[in-house]
Amino acid sequence: MSDKQIDEVTGVSTTGHEWDGIRELDNPMPRWWLITWYVTIAWSVAYMIAYPAWPLITTATSGLLGYSSRAEIRAELDAAELARADYVAAVAARSVEEILADDRLRTFAASAGAAAFRVNCVQCHGSGAQGSPGYPNLNDDDWLWGGSPEDIRASIAHGIRFAEDPDTRYSEMPAFADILQRNEIAQVASFVATFADTAGNASSEDIAAGREVFAQNCASCHGEDAKGDREFGAPDLTDAIWFYGSTPSEIAAQVRAPRHGVMPAWGARLGDTTVKELTVYVHSLGGGE
Amino acid sequence: MLDTSEIETFDATAVNSARTRQSLYAARKKIFPKRASGQFRRFKWLVMLVTLGIYYITPWVRWDRGPYAPDQAVLVDLANRRFYFFFIEIWPQEFYFVAGLLIMAGFGLFLVTSTVGRAWCGYTCPQTVWVDLFLVVERAIEGDRNARIKLDAAPWSFDKLTKRVSKHAIWLAIAVATGGAWIFYFADAPSLLRDLFTGHAASVAYMTVAVLTGTTYVFGGLMREQVCTYMCPWPRIQAAMLDENSLTVTYNDWRGEPRNRGAKKAAAAGQSVGDCVDCNACVAVCPMGIDIRDGQQLECITCALCIDACDSVMDKIGKDRGLIAYATLAEYESNMALATAGGTSAIDPKKVRDDNGKLSDKVVTFHWKKLLRPRAVIYFAAWSLVGLALVYALMTRDRLQVNVLADRNPQFVVLSDGSIRNGYTVKLLNMIPEPRTITVSLDGLPGAELSVVGMDQTTARSFEVEADPDQLTTLKVFVRQPRADVAGQTQHFTFIVEDKAGTESDRYDATFDAPETRR
Repeated sequence: MSDKQIDEVTGVSTTGHEWDGIRELDNPMPRWWLITWYVTIAWSVAYMIAYPAWPLITTATSGLLGYSSRAEIRAELDAAELARADYVAAVAARSVEEILADDRLRTFAASAGAAAFRVNCVQCHGSGAQGSPGYPNLNDDDWLWGGSPEDIRASIAHGIRFAEDPDTRYSEMPAFADILQRNEIAQVASFVATFADTAGNASSEDIAAGREVFAQNCASCHGEDAKGDREFGAPDLTDAIWFYGSTPSEIAAQVRAPRHGVMPAWGARLGDTTVKELTVYVHSLGGGE
Repeated sequence: MLDTSEIETFDATAVNSARTRQSLYAARKKIFPKRASGQFRRFKWLVMLVTLGIYYITPWVRWDRGPYAPDQAVLVDLANRRFYFFFIEIWPQEFYFVAGLLIMAGFGLFLVTSTVGRAWCGYTCPQTVWVDLFLVVERAIEGDRNARIKLDAAPWSFDKLTKRVSKHAIWLAIAVATGGAWIFYFADAPSLLRDLFTGHAASVAYMTVAVLTGTTYVFGGLMREQVCTYMCPWPRIQAAMLDENSLTVTYNDWRGEPRNRGAKKAAAAGQSVGDCVDCNACVAVCPMGIDIRDGQQLECITCALCIDACDSVMDKIGKDRGLIAYATLAEYESNMALATAGGTSAIDPKKVRDDNGKLSDKVVTFHWKKLLRPRAVIYFAAWSLVGLALVYALMTRDRLQVNVLADRNPQFVVLSDGSIRNGYTVKLLNMIPEPRTITVSLDGLPGAELSVVGMDQTTARSFEVEADPDQLTTLKVFVRQPRADVAGQTQHFTFIVEDKAGTESDRYDATFDAPETRR
């Protein structure tokens, strides 16, 4: 250590640090600053005793106040649950129609349903419930299995073609590749395409033949007017919404080897109340009947 | 008329003067301002009465707004995000009115400062007003300057203890009342007062009272002039706003110097004698503890009490008032040049006087027309323009508004008959405290029809909704247009909302999205 150096002008000793001839004065800290510093040290010791602080091998010191952030969040969640309890009880006790008729209850259930939808349903139906090829758009007014509150509730609770639920909605369109000739499939596809205005240059003879094939093979499920049947989840072929595409080749593919959507049953998994909330949400998207 | 030697001389020294420049780290010297009397003191009493009166009484003024809004004239309702000021109600998005008022306050301050100097500091600043109030209490209990100095120096006794305890008790009571009055601006005053005393008020109310009690007591009672000198940025800013035509409290040394306590003796000895009798009355009354005779200084809040003190001394010795006076730097320098023959000699009071001993005609005095200089006029014009703009905005503002958010996910929905549907969140703002029936309708978008979630009674292109008083009503609205009418991927149309009873209406331009047309 060098000798203690005293700054001539101020008479204060320097720290001995020097930069380009400029030396740092060793002035004492202001008293208020020191006191504040000591208080923070005392505070930190008190804090370590009062609150969980020291990590141990599998746990940590718990502190005299017994504070726990887990307990705190649990209390907050309980409080939120309690605040919702009246509404949840009301939703549980009422039918979907009754909930829809009550403004406040409908708003609550739709919000709760939206939250549940985002967790459980968006993977297939999309975040805006807009669907994608093979997964129905829930915003529109076209319903395979019915758009009344009770129909929607049953679809959510029991699923579609979900083997583990005995009450699931079930239907299967035969693979007509084994039943019809290739030209018959082409003819019926051309006929169905006329509903979508996509038949293009198909001849009127083909379309007339297709109409015949349709009446013999398809009308039993899709109806003579091709408007479908919700009893079987048979789609309306005359509307503007095409699940697997509306061109003759897309229609022919679906006739030859139909694809069938599967939706799990949510009733056992989410419980009645959440299913009702989901129903209210889906019903209020704009297409509910 | 008294002789100058009969004038009481005060044993007062400025805490920090040009002659005894102290270290920045010096401990505070206590200041014991003497009570002044005179025209400025009277004006300050009046200002104090008015400002404190406004502060304490305003929250208790009632204003009937009908059953759907509070009846407190001035209320900042933070919980419901409403601000009430007599007949004006402001929603959070109308905060620009407050911003406008702040701009006006800024220009007003510029105007005042550039013309009459630090009038804000000297008369209306809360720090000044409350320190004045605390000094009233101090004087009532401990006596005026000399008694207080004596008491402060005296050893502790029962008498001193009694006086000190009662002084601080009253200070604390004033501080509690100050903090207490503040919270009444934020809730219904009568019910809050009841809750406050029964212990039912919100904890934030008690904390606010506690904090403001602390600051009022500490700033007004203990720190006083240190707040202005060390804490407040305003002295530094105001200094930059003054120019040579701004009024400041000025010691006119061109007629005061050389100061002399025994003027007659000095005059007899042939020395030149100024008007100042060096009685220190100006220092004794100064709440900032400065000597105005040192010239303009940062500490001076221009409370003008030294003017009162000096004027009363001048009256006693039969001299003209105004040895210490409001004067501009331009006047001062002109008179100074007169007294020093353009700076070539020491101050000679004879040069500013005529043969009769009266002040000469060449002495420049203040005239109010000097205030009308371009700078002040520009400030006033800017201030008035902002004010007029605010009044105009207030007269023409909407009390019925509509905001529309178009659904983005999905942007559009194709329905089974091929028609296109768009969803919108329509927010109706009924900004008056009365329920209204609002008609929402479509303008443009041929063939389109409306439907509202949770509502049955819609006609094709419009519907009615009961808007709650002073509330936002949110509606989920679907607009559906037949395929044949869809003209392009993006169509523009307008939501129109109208008050069914009145004439008020608002519009919102929205877009209607459709898928790309195939083929």
